[in-house]
Amino acid sequence: MTAATAEAQRPVGEEKFSTKLVRFLSKAPIQILLVVVGILWLVPTVGLFLTSLFSPTDINTLGWWEIFSKPSLATLDNYREIWHDQSIRSAFWTTVWISVGGTVLPIIVAALAGYAFAWLEFPGRDWIFIIVIALLVVPLQMALIPMFRLYSDVGIFDTKLSLILFHTGFGLPFAIFLLRNFFIGIPRELLEAARIDGASEFRIFFRLILPLGLPAIASLAIFQFLWTWNDLLVALSLARDTQPLTVAIFSQLRQFGNNLELIAPASFVSLIVPLAVFFAFQRYFVQGLLAGSVK
Amino acid sequence: MSGASITAEPPVREAPPAGRDPGRWRQYGIAAIFLAPAAFFLIVWIIYPAIYTFVQSLFRGSGFGEFAGIDNYKALFTSDNLLTAIKNNAIWVAVVPAAVTAIGLLFAVLTERIRWSVAFKTVVFMPLAVSAFAAGVTWRIMYQQEPDRGAINAAIGSVQGVFSPAGVLSEAAPSSDQLKTTSGGGIQLANPISTGDVAKLGLTRIRSTEVPATAKQAVQPEPLQGGITGVVWRDFKPGGGTPGKVEQEELGLPGVTVEITNAQGDKVASAKSADDGTFAFKDLPEGQYTVGIGASTFAKPFGGVSWLGAKLITPAVIISYIWIWAGFSMVVIAAGLAAIPRETLEAARTDGATEWQVFRRVTVPQLMPVLSVVFITLLINVLKVFDIVIAVAPQSVQDDANVIALAMWRTSFGGVSDFGLGSAIAVFLFILVIPILALNIKRFRTEAA
Repeated sequence: MTAATAEAQRPVGEEKFSTKLVRFLSKAPIQILLVVVGILWLVPTVGLFLTSLFSPTDINTLGWWEIFSKPSLATLDNYREIWHDQSIRSAFWTTVWISVGGTVLPIIVAALAGYAFAWLEFPGRDWIFIIVIALLVVPLQMALIPMFRLYSDVGIFDTKLSLILFHTGFGLPFAIFLLRNFFIGIPRELLEAARIDGASEFRIFFRLILPLGLPAIASLAIFQFLWTWNDLLVALSLARDTQPLTVAIFSQLRQFGNNLELIAPASFVSLIVPLAVFFAFQRYFVQGLLAGSVK
Repeated sequence: MSGASITAEPPVREAPPAGRDPGRWRQYGIAAIFLAPAAFFLIVWIIYPAIYTFVQSLFRGSGFGEFAGIDNYKALFTSDNLLTAIKNNAIWVAVVPAAVTAIGLLFAVLTERIRWSVAFKTVVFMPLAVSAFAAGVTWRIMYQQEPDRGAINAAIGSVQGVFSPAGVLSEAAPSSDQLKTTSGGGIQLANPISTGDVAKLGLTRIRSTEVPATAKQAVQPEPLQGGITGVVWRDFKPGGGTPGKVEQEELGLPGVTVEITNAQGDKVASAKSADDGTFAFKDLPEGQYTVGIGASTFAKPFGGVSWLGAKLITPAVIISYIWIWAGFSMVVIAAGLAAIPRETLEAARTDGATEWQVFRRVTVPQLMPVLSVVFITLLINVLKVFDIVIAVAPQSVQDDANVIALAMWRTSFGGVSDFGLGSAIAVFLFILVIPILALNIKRFRTEAA
């Protein structure tokens, strides 16, 4: 509530402490319920973090809540340990590379196509666009086996590049859909003015469309980044030694129970990066979500 | 009805055909350049593989050597493993979209009136940013069976501990054949004794941590005229000792409830043992009595619900999935709620509708499009659910937790490498989502029109 409206309401709401009390009490059960739900929702994540703070001797025997009564048990040793663990560290950088590549490449490709679908003339434009949207629902399971074969034949099996290319392909339908719908909202006059001034389509694209499309591109970048960062299935199927974090953790799951000192901190690292992205760009995230689902 | 004005929006026509000038072909060329990279990716990574997978699904094993016709599809509905996957996925489809939509609606409505709704929404929404896999690992830690490690069982255990606490001596057993274990789980003397006798209740398999700190050297009490005396003690000392005999260095077990039953089987009295393990029943009528310790003393502590066992694994995974997606549903529905014109709600209230009626008759119908979007989105996601199942379910129960996407991966990459059957599962998954594809296209066309 802004200061101005609060000011305007004061003469009316000046009165009765009792009305305020009644209003508060009538809402109290809801407030309490929501506080409880909120805490319940936080428990798993907090629990994971606290678990990761136990030393290897305690971690497989103690529940994380014990740390509240014995705070001295908390240590960052596990994090130091996994940072020195060659396989986890390389998994971390593999994840970073795949996520960055798997975000930048599809956005460039989709922006070009989105512009064409929004503002260029060619026969069958709307039909082709519908086909692109139709591809949105092809499950990526449909591509795992053929790509496994193709990658081996071409000789890029088990490389970061092969994973980036896969994420690009499957990220495109949504990316094109989102960007085309955003670009089409750019005022026609702007484009026409630029065309009359003799600007080439490429110039218009780089100088006008991309800067104006930045909000949509930002939303898309966040989604695509989270999607590739969080992927397990593609990397698990199409790579062997090129392991992102999720796959590295997965290969540890077989001995679950004896190696929590590795699983818990590694999971927390794989989870904290998306959370940081989410908190930093929350607004774009929600906008993109609404654009993708409501519209 | 107030404020409901119908505005006839003029249909917006997109880019009128831009002149039939000679530059037309040049323009097509430019469009082709803009589209070429996308076309390359869509064809190589989606369209070509989709056709390939379809063809592969008609062949046996890996490659195109042996034509199988529809055998792979038959296997889908005959192999136990795949039937379980389909059945489980049906449970997912029946439960999750409806539950998530309902929870999201509830949260969205409740948060509408509180000031710190942004904080609440952020907290509930957070799991969506995290990978389903990492979230699954998180829940796997929560679901551990041992109540001193798994948070959920710890919570259940502490509630249950209030109502049916664990016994003082949960592991104890008779030390000699003078005692026997009853069918109810208690321990009693093998033979009835008479008044004036001494009951010796020697127990073993008691960890030293289970012996109360107040315990003293066990003492064999003197017989009592017209009553029964006895001792409960830890019939064990370093080196072993003689079973059935109270010896030096053997400790009495204080605070154990000893019960005495008469020849008719009626419980006559009970007494608690002292620090040296002794107890006494005075003034008993002449007769034969059975002395023993009730089952509650030996009640096992709560061992934990087996969330990750074969029976509960699917509900367990579903709970963690709802935890992830409730935030999505809430945020989208909240946006829909905010878009409902206030006037319609006010009008209903002025007409005397109760809050519930307003919600049921005005809010929900206006939200219908948004609710169905949430529902359909969840439906697609649930059909393809994979990461969280493989993360939460230990390998030993993955057959029980199986879903279609997991079966596809396990058949093709998880050791078996049956590409023909794997492709058939993928095609089956694809066929399941086609109706949703049709819906999406329809939505796009009505928007474009």
